[in-house]
Order: sequence, then C-alpha cells, then structure tokens
Amino acid sequence: MLQVIDLEKVYSTGTKALSSVSFAVDEPQVIAIIGPSGAGKSTLIRCINRLVAPTSGKVMLDSIDVASVSRRELRKVRRRMGMIFQEYNLVDRLTVMENLLSGRLGYVSFWRAYRRKFPPRDVAAAFKLLERVGLEGYQNTRADALSGGQRQRVGIARALMQAPDLLLVDEPTASLDPKTSRQIMRLLVELVNEQGTPALVNIHDVALAQSFSDKIIGLKEGAIVFQGTSKEITEDVLTEIYGEEDWSLTIRKVDEEDEDTGSKKGKKDNGYIQEAVAG
Amino acid sequence: MTSSEITTTADTPGWNRIRMIENPNVRYGLVVIALIYILWSAGTLEMNWTRLLNGIPRAVNMFSRMFPPDFGRWNLLVKGMLESIQMALAASLFGMLLAIPLGICGASNLVPKPVYLAARALIVLSRTFHEIIIAIFFVKIFGFGPLAGVLTLIVASTSFISKMIAEDIENMTPGQLEAIRATGASFPKLLIYCITPNTLPRFLGVSIYRLDANIRHSTVVGIVGAGGIGQVLAASFSRYDYDFSLAILITIVTLVFAGEFISSWVRNYLR
Repeated sequence: MLQVIDLEKVYSTGTKALSSVSFAVDEPQVIAIIGPSGAGKSTLIRCINRLVAPTSGKVMLDSIDVASVSRRELRKVRRRMGMIFQEYNLVDRLTVMENLLSGRLGYVSFWRAYRRKFPPRDVAAAFKLLERVGLEGYQNTRADALSGGQRQRVGIARALMQAPDLLLVDEPTASLDPKTSRQIMRLLVELVNEQGTPALVNIHDVALAQSFSDKIIGLKEGAIVFQGTSKEITEDVLTEIYGEEDWSLTIRKVDEEDEDTGSKKGKKDNGYIQEAVAG
Repeated sequence: MTSSEITTTADTPGWNRIRMIENPNVRYGLVVIALIYILWSAGTLEMNWTRLLNGIPRAVNMFSRMFPPDFGRWNLLVKGMLESIQMALAASLFGMLLAIPLGICGASNLVPKPVYLAARALIVLSRTFHEIIIAIFFVKIFGFGPLAGVLTLIVASTSFISKMIAEDIENMTPGQLEAIRATGASFPKLLIYCITPNTLPRFLGVSIYRLDANIRHSTVVGIVGAGGIGQVLAASFSRYDYDFSLAILITIVTLVFAGEFISSWVRNYLR
C-alpha cells in the first residue's frame, strides 16, 4: 500500500526536518505518529501527499512514487489520499454540503465544480456520510457556524468523500476538548475499520495515541526512534522520544485495554461512493 | 525584602518605562531641532500681502457673479454628467475584470516569485502617478474626449482593485488552500472553490467603492480635457460663465453624494 523509503526533508532555511525516515503501511489500521513539537510529524504527513516537497527519498503509493511524479500525476494520486487537519481547514464561507463535495473536486470537471453540479451519486454519498458522522440535516449550514467538534466531523467526511486509499490525519484533536477529542478519535477508528482505509495520525497526546491506535511510530528530531504497538510503549521508550520526565502517570495500563481499537477489522468494503451507486 | 510595603531601595530596583528613543540627549535634541525648523520656515515664508489683498475683491466679484446658479444650459449639463457617469461605469467594469488576473498574479501565496514580482511592479507603477498625470498622457495620445478619461480611470481602478484582491488572498489562512490542494484539485478549481468564496464579498465591496470614487474622479480628469462634466466645468470657467460653473458644481456635489450613499448602502448589504 504505502511505503516510505529513506525520506529526507531539509527546508530552505537549512532546518533538517526529516532524516532517512522509512516505514510501511500495508493493512487497514490506525498508525499514530507521536513525538515532541518540531520533531517533523507535520512535515512527514505533508511529504506523503507532497504538500511539502521532500528533498530526497521515495513515497511509494502502490507502484507510484509520489515524490517524483509530474504535477498532473500528483493531482491524480492526491485524490487517493484524504487529509484531515488540526484546524479543520474547511472553506468557512461555504456550506457543509459544499465542503463535503470539495472532496470530489479531483474527479469532476471545472464547470461542474463551478456550478456546484456534482454527480447525483456524489451527493447521495455526501448525505450518507453526513448522517454517519452525526451531522444529519446540517447540509445547508455555513461551515463557520459550526462548533469545533462539528467542523472536524465535516473535515473527516470531506476526506472520506475522496473514497481514499489512505487517510493522512494531522493532529485531529489538538484544538478540541478532551471529550470531543475522544469522540472524534473513536469515529475515526470506526471509519477506518468500516471502510478498510488505513490512517496515519499525528498526535501529541500519548494516552490518546495508545487508546486508539494499532501501531505507533515515535519521531524525534526527524528520525524514527520507535516503531511498535501501543503495549510496547514504556517509560524508557517515552524518555527516548521526548527526553527525561516522570512518565508513570502518562502510560496507559495494558490491563485497562478496552475494545475501542477492537479486532473487528473487516476487508476493505466498497466505501460510500460505490455503495451509493448500488443503492 | 519580606516587607509587604512597596518601597524603592537600593535592593528593590524601581521601574521605568521603555522609551522609543532611549538616549535623552537624542530625544530632546530632536524636539529642539523640530522647534528650530518651525521658526526658520516661518521666517522664510514669503507672503505676498499685496497679491493676497488684491485677490479678495476678485473673489467677491467671482462669487457674486456665480449667483444665482444658471441651469439654463441644462442640456449641456446633462450631457456632460451622463458622459461622466458612463465613464465611471465603464472604467469600473473594465477595472474589475482586469483586476482579477492581476490580483491573482500579485498574491505571493499562489504564484511563482517572478510572476508575483512582475504583477506587483505593474500595480505599484500604475499607482505611482496621479490620475491627472495619466489623463494628460492619454489626452496627448488619443486626443481630447471621454476615451482618454475612461482609459485613465481604468488604469487607476485596475491597480486599486487588484492590490486589494492580492492582499485579501495573501491574508487567507493557508490551511484552506492546503486542504483543497490535498483533494487533488487543479489550480482553476482552487480558484473557484476556495479563493472565490473567501475574496468575493470584499472584491465586490471594493469595486463598488471604486465606482463611487470613479464618479468623483471622472469629474476631475475632464479638467485636463479627458471628457465628462469636468471638461464642461473647465470650459465654463475659462469663459467666465461663473453662474453656469456653480450650477455644474452643485450637480457634481449631488451626484457624488448620491454615489456615496448608494455605495455605502450596497457595502453594508454585502457585509
């Protein structure tokens, strides 16, 4: 599915953000990327869909190297990767429905996008997703009238409208309160399992990462210093990633493991878009 | 030091605000220089008192000949006025249309550096010269009449509106652009789906403000021969038809007021 090979990023200011990062994503699961501020988490996520151009290395999505394709090919490959942001990044002056449909921009013609005449199956899929993320009836509300949690739900639905093969999630809960954060993470995990789409999630809350992810990647100063399951997170590992600190209260007890991240993984189903066609 | 009273002793340093100019000599020195300059310039001011005094009866004469305003040649007045309004409308429309591509090219977060610099240079260049100077150029090139006036106002409107568009785009949060790019949308789709909704209200507001400004300016550029009511006004002054001049001035004031009123009403509605 996704294979990141020896990824490097040096910004024009000389800051080395990523150094020889390699990992693979081959099954529908939630992979959390943890690490201190400035460790390169955001850069890593953005290098994968080339919102930030990597300096060297490969980002292989199946057999396509995202890092080296032409701009035209890049747009095509970006359609296959849905992105969710910390600040939601909805187009504030557009309605919820228009924001959802923007996930289909890569597929429709300019004039259809201009007149907001999206294919009926896209609209049907949007209504279904709206219901799924708990925002039924909000289609004509302007995005700037929503609360933070609601906006993030729209953000998630927009990413899923792309019927993506991979979700890139950048600090989805950093602007939300603890309860909403958990709801959003739970929704994300459920959707990953329902749709069989793997998700790479940047997150700085270690406890949240442990609760909701199948695999954790620890990033420090642009390099991977830990790869493993949430059970393998120990005080030593956290010290390695973040530096010396009393971690005893941060680590989630293994025996408290609940079924949030359960093992109910299904095969990748057809997703909402195809489902709506059939229906 | 444990005392609860606030005292200033050698141990507890007092606090002074930070000055913009720390050095007191420089600070007061600048004040003294400013005072000397004012005195000196007052001393060198050459007021020609006799000329000033001679002007007063002439002013009285002119103003008395202005009354009552003469609306007798209203057909000339209406013709000039309509020409001015047409000039303003045409210039605003073309200015709006030309400003869109120029404004987009002038937004540093959308286009490559060379395009940005070229567009900004064009905007700055056309804003450097006052309308009157541009009007004189166009009158020299295309001759007297409204064509020169319209072209002048188009140049002025385009540079003004495009600067506003460019700045509005640059002020957008980068996140929205990022999000729409991440869906695989092409640049034209980014324009219509992300940039248009963010900048359209202000673009319309600025354009309407510009229409209002163009009505005012269209009366001015006429004075150098670029058509419209301004040309009629200049002609009336040079023929000493002061009563007609006053009629024209009253009409201009009415028109500008009306324009101002309508434009502020529309801008309120857009907000």
